[in-house]
Amino acid sequence: MSNLVIIPILLPLFTAVLMLLFKYNLNRTKQAAAAALLLNTFYSAFLVYRVFSQGPIVLETGGWKAPYGIVLVADYLSVLLVLAANVVTSAAILYAFHTLEQRLQKFYFYPLVLLLLTGVSGAFMTGDLFNLFVFFEVLLMASYALIILGGSKQQFRESLKYIILNLFSSILFVTTVSFLYSVTGTVNMAQLAERVAEVEQRGVLTGIGILLFIVFATKGALFPLYFWLPKSYTAPPSVISALFGALLTKVGIYSILRVFSLIFVHKLELTHSFFLVLAALTMLAGVIGALSTNNVKLIIAYNILPAIGFMMIGIGTFSADSLAGTIYYLLHDMGIKAALFFLAGLLAMHAGTSDLRKMSGYIHSAPVLGWLFFLSCLVLAGLPPFSGFIGKLILLKSAMLEGHYTVTGIGLFSSLLILFSVIRIFIGAFWGEHQEPKHPIPKTALASAGALVAIGVFMGIGAESVYPWIQIAGDWLNDPSGYISTVLKEGAE
Amino acid sequence: MEIVMCILAGSLFAAGIYMLLQKQLLRVILGTALLSHGAHLFILTMGKLNRGAPPVLEKAAESYTDPLPQALILTSIVISFGVTSFLLVLAYRAYQTNHTDRMDELKGLEDE
Repeated sequence: MSNLVIIPILLPLFTAVLMLLFKYNLNRTKQAAAAALLLNTFYSAFLVYRVFSQGPIVLETGGWKAPYGIVLVADYLSVLLVLAANVVTSAAILYAFHTLEQRLQKFYFYPLVLLLLTGVSGAFMTGDLFNLFVFFEVLLMASYALIILGGSKQQFRESLKYIILNLFSSILFVTTVSFLYSVTGTVNMAQLAERVAEVEQRGVLTGIGILLFIVFATKGALFPLYFWLPKSYTAPPSVISALFGALLTKVGIYSILRVFSLIFVHKLELTHSFFLVLAALTMLAGVIGALSTNNVKLIIAYNILPAIGFMMIGIGTFSADSLAGTIYYLLHDMGIKAALFFLAGLLAMHAGTSDLRKMSGYIHSAPVLGWLFFLSCLVLAGLPPFSGFIGKLILLKSAMLEGHYTVTGIGLFSSLLILFSVIRIFIGAFWGEHQEPKHPIPKTALASAGALVAIGVFMGIGAESVYPWIQIAGDWLNDPSGYISTVLKEGAE
Repeated sequence: MEIVMCILAGSLFAAGIYMLLQKQLLRVILGTALLSHGAHLFILTMGKLNRGAPPVLEKAAESYTDPLPQALILTSIVISFGVTSFLLVLAYRAYQTNHTDRMDELKGLEDE
């Protein structure tokens, strides 16, 4: 029965490999991608139901018992994230049908997206630190290929930075895992947690924890290590930017969340208060960047950073509520960031430029796009009753309760600036004198962005029905013994 | 023996980082290759360098090499091989498109 866990990883992988066989038949590739993603999304929804009703599922690959073999763990957090990743990827595929150039679609776009999803789901599900590195490489390899899809000069310049930086952090990751192995003698996360707890995270272990944090912070674009993100995320076509913005940095944040709620939790005053400082700085750097530019896509890309800052507040505060808030915000942000990238991409396509100063009055030619954009701005900035509000409320309230007033203040202040930076797009592009649009807007693309915004609205208005599930996941993270006994007990049987 | 390996891996890291900071793209790629070699040596050393029986569990063997780091290195080598070859192709294509392989000359190419 535990084989249930591996299906969301295998299905996209096999579909991607099969697609390579008929790459010239674009229609069939599209159908296969859509079918696989639809199936996978429904399957992940089933997995969420199953895990929440019957408890986490552990798969010991190859029948090797827990601390020795590689384990895949579908716990409350990972199934929710896998479902969100599948929803976002399905929306992206729908968006790509009519917005991405045929030439690019033919160049392995769909297989690469599915491989990206394979890596992302794998990273969410794995219970083994070295295996996490392997899945990181799977998703990075797909992202390297996606970021240069099209091969323009700008893409080459930005992708080189992106690739070399990620390569360096991957090498650091392997080195850190080997340090950790030499100290603890294991790479299984549950056993690591147990052994680190035994010695109360003494001596070198905190140093190793910080090294791991640097690795994940590079992937998740935290304060001093975010410089590569905005420009390289705007270089590829907007559907790829949306996938990156919604999935890749979130994998980094997920890894920090997992490692620093499970393994390195015994020196909170050192590590987690350090996170709060970084959270504040990341939020400020993000909003300042978002206000500094007139490029629509770049504004949205800079807006990834404050969201990461908010999630770091949750991890830094480290209480059951703040962890639940982090998970809620993570899910909210995956959907809404993708939607905003979609809408900004449609706007840039409609206007024929991504320079805000050259746009005006598109509300006449694209009313649906305009209002959808307005709505998603409100969801992003966190106006009640939408999902951004609930997420920020939980995070900031729990930070206040723990007495972190400065970071709460900075969070509120940066929310205001986030709203200002995105409303600036709405005012600049949709108000004023009407201009002739360059390109009509494909309905399917609009529908996929609309669906994601609708999920954001639902998560806010229907928070009463969504939040209890997330609270279960938050409590689960707050108490690592559940994870440890689930993974290791099955090994003893 | 571990000390020697550590010094070797350390110097590989130092050389790799020096190369990574160069302006020429090819040197940067060679730098990443050196770095990954350093990391692999580290993994090998961290599993303790034992002589003796092969890494198969037998009751008679008193000392055997740890099989896990070897498995990790093997995986890591395959990955770094793939990434390096991808980077080389990318560097070649970037050279064809931009007519330069120096990172500092890529700055001014705004094509918007």
